[in-house]
Amino acid sequence: MAEEKTQHSTSPASLSFGEEPSAGFGGGGEIVIIKYNAGNIQSVLFALERIGVNAIVTDNKEQILSAGRIIFPGVGEASTAMEYLKQRNLDKVISAARQPVLGICLGMQLLCKHSEENNTDCLGIFDVNVKCFASSHLKIPQIGWNNIYTKDKPLFNGVKSGSYCYFVHSYHAEINDNTIATTNYGIEFSCALNKDNFYGVQFHPEKSADAGEQILKNFLSL
Amino acid sequence: MLAKRIIPCLDIKDGRTVKGTNFVELRDAGDPVELGIRYSKEGADELVFLDITATVDKRKTLSELVRKIATHINIPFTVGGGINTVEDVSVLLENGADKISVNTSAVRRPELVRELAQNFGSQCVVVAVDIKLFDGVWKVVTHGGRNPTPLIATEWVKQCRDLGAGEILLTSMENDGTKAGFAIDITAEISQSVNIPVIASGGAGTMQHFEEVFTKGFADAALAASIFHFKEIAIKDLKEYLQKENITVRL
Repeated sequence: MAEEKTQHSTSPASLSFGEEPSAGFGGGGEIVIIKYNAGNIQSVLFALERIGVNAIVTDNKEQILSAGRIIFPGVGEASTAMEYLKQRNLDKVISAARQPVLGICLGMQLLCKHSEENNTDCLGIFDVNVKCFASSHLKIPQIGWNNIYTKDKPLFNGVKSGSYCYFVHSYHAEINDNTIATTNYGIEFSCALNKDNFYGVQFHPEKSADAGEQILKNFLSL
Repeated sequence: MLAKRIIPCLDIKDGRTVKGTNFVELRDAGDPVELGIRYSKEGADELVFLDITATVDKRKTLSELVRKIATHINIPFTVGGGINTVEDVSVLLENGADKISVNTSAVRRPELVRELAQNFGSQCVVVAVDIKLFDGVWKVVTHGGRNPTPLIATEWVKQCRDLGAGEILLTSMENDGTKAGFAIDITAEISQSVNIPVIASGGAGTMQHFEEVFTKGFADAALAASIFHFKEIAIKDLKEYLQKENITVRL
């Protein structure tokens, strides 16, 4: 698949960005994107490039666990993705991470407890279940720009509550104590979750114009 | 609330943006990368690039162009034109496309839609459906509108949904390039008959046309080309107008 060819710079990430001291981005370490079978990795790489950051795409355990930041992207189907992660022990690697981890879209859902998508047990970092949108009058998947109503969290520094972000999904995480932002599509759901060093966003920050770019910068500055 | 999307479409031929009337009489509308950047800055919600080049080198030049676009643009974009295989799509996604659009190739071999949805997910698969009126019946046409097919538009759209299409890009050949408004009735019929998003295309000439296609046509998104390329309507003005008309847009 696409990931084979997406190995970018293998040199330590260029961490300079704007006025930030270089050590402030990525916690001084490499920024790693987890390579697996459900990536839309290229878009994330390009988005990071636009904010002046090079990331490394890898499924190497040591490289992932020694990174300053871990990005866990994903588009695709939950059970196939979980199966792939388990076969390569990446499920354990991700759960063992102590540095900031950002799950995007399916990546966020896989950090939850269980997904209704093919009845899949996920990583269980966030104590919340992922359900299908159930509505006769809504278009599914939700595709497009919707408002994110944010709590006062560092991930949303400089991002107004109610900003629009880009979503593409048929499943959603319910609301619980880990919820740090919500969106309404027929019902309220968690569009962002946080527990300890783990963060997840249902929308695609890499495709969400200025708001998304700011959220990526914030994640790298955590 | 989920916003209605405004999508500029760039028809690409030999690396340049072109636009014609009823799919013929092409004229140059500029550099696609520059136009793409301009639109993303002006508040476009997505971009669609349709490659209508018919040369052998096409695939390579298209992937290079896609890469250039992807590095510069922070909104989703779809690429279409001459996609026949899973491999064609892999190349485009590797170069940064978010979605792909198939048209003639899906009519020729509907299983392609299923293969693409299975490999890349429905969210990635837009089926472009070009339609024309034949004795009062909307039927599917291919090859940029030149070839009629026996497919009834509403039935074909449902089949595409069943095969795993994530979105339908519906273009009325009766309206395309006329600037006389979208084909409201058939857009409404199709949008209400499937539960996947429908992007309406063909005929945008005024801001009222967009308002109509959202309120009366129940479109989830509206696509246009020349009115944006030739700066007849600015995206920001259009969105401000739609907001005044109580349509949810991203401003």
